[in-house]
Amino acid sequence: MKTIAIIDYGMSNLNSVVKAIEYVAPNDKVIISSDQKVIDSADKIIFPGQGAAKNCMQSILERNIKNLIIKNSADRPFLGICMGMQVLMENSDENNGTECLGLIEGDVKKFSSSKKNNIKIPHMGWNKIINRTEHPIWNKINQEAFFYFVHSFYVNPKDKSIIIGETKHGEIFCSVVAKDNIIAIQGHPEKSSDTGLQFLKNFIGMK
Amino acid sequence: MTVTKRIIPCLDVDNGRVVKGVKFVNIKDAGNPVEVAKRYNDQGADEITFLDITASSSNRKTILSVVEKVASQVFIPLTVGGGIKSLDDIRSLLNSGADKITINTSAIHNPDLISDASESIGNQCIVVAIDAKRKTSGSTNPSWEIYTHGGRNPTGIDAIAWAIEMEKRGAGELLVTSMDKDGTKEGFDLELMKSINENVNIPIIASGGVGNLDDLYDGIAIGKADAVLAASIFHFGNYTIQEAKEYLTNKGINMRVTNE
Repeated sequence: MKTIAIIDYGMSNLNSVVKAIEYVAPNDKVIISSDQKVIDSADKIIFPGQGAAKNCMQSILERNIKNLIIKNSADRPFLGICMGMQVLMENSDENNGTECLGLIEGDVKKFSSSKKNNIKIPHMGWNKIINRTEHPIWNKINQEAFFYFVHSFYVNPKDKSIIIGETKHGEIFCSVVAKDNIIAIQGHPEKSSDTGLQFLKNFIGMK
Repeated sequence: MTVTKRIIPCLDVDNGRVVKGVKFVNIKDAGNPVEVAKRYNDQGADEITFLDITASSSNRKTILSVVEKVASQVFIPLTVGGGIKSLDDIRSLLNSGADKITINTSAIHNPDLISDASESIGNQCIVVAIDAKRKTSGSTNPSWEIYTHGGRNPTGIDAIAWAIEMEKRGAGELLVTSMDKDGTKEGFDLELMKSINENVNIPIIASGGVGNLDDLYDGIAIGKADAVLAASIFHFGNYTIQEAKEYLTNKGINMRVTNE
């Protein structure tokens, strides 16, 4: 039995993630925590998040878990979801500029929307992730697969070689990155039906 | 390739059971919400909306356990509406596993609820439901008035102005129902959908009046809706969601069709 810790920093409704992980890993232990000892002893870590970048970072700093996230993402499988992907970057354009965790070089940008291009914000609904690199996280997932998205900002990593999935909403943006132990996805695998469950299963299977 | 148009089946839930009826007449038990939700998920529904129509307030907690059970088995977005009055109501539903909540009457009585909820929880989970009725029929400059309490009480508020106001206050999405068309099977009020779409930049879900698959097509192609919500055409087995998606795909609408 492995332990999967879901980092709780008061910024999101974690239940959807918990329920999906329990569904794909019925024999593992799923815990929600921001406690250092608990997270340190987990085999795998999931870092969800929603809301605004500034609130998210404030919450991380208030709970004093910045170093905990940095340390643990270095030596075991770590999955950032949605805002949990964005705050891994160096900074975000959201809230007039927000300094983030800096685990991945690059920034977070807002979609440009206009009546002309008919691009709505938030980018809400099902869209394709085109996986462009072979990676165990894509096991049994089609090269073009639908995931559910809800967001207004997207990550723009400096090192393009870490981009393993892309999506188009007006512009083509980076929707999945993989760097060392870190996997991060802008969409919501916990809400993406069978494809999303397979993605989570693949993450659980990573060593 | 871009974000796909969505098909959302809407289920009325009374005392923890899915019920179906035409205009609240001949309501009959249509099953266990988990089973019904699973069936729609298997057919390719993009989201599921539950409308809690439980009359007795003492039984209102039942919806929380319904949401909890569905969210443990069905992994697509779940929207829940009906009788939401406070931030606490919203939080309880989200904690039970809802991804979005839809608010109509309380948004009109207390617009700050939308601002507060959006500010503290995020606009991605706040759907404002607008029940609109035409003020003038056949006019070249149509206008619509919004209603509360499931379309019973007029408010004097203009639907377009209200949509703009709700977007400003932080609604993440608008669920627009035409009271004139609801239950008629004549198709959506396309002018209403189009007018609202032209005035806001958040996604719009069209509702009210779907009788066949062409109505869904018109709602998206002419009404410019981002999603279409329907109840009876799916509940009574006229069409499956899969059939609807195949039909729309063949007519050039970008849909999520999975055939793995």
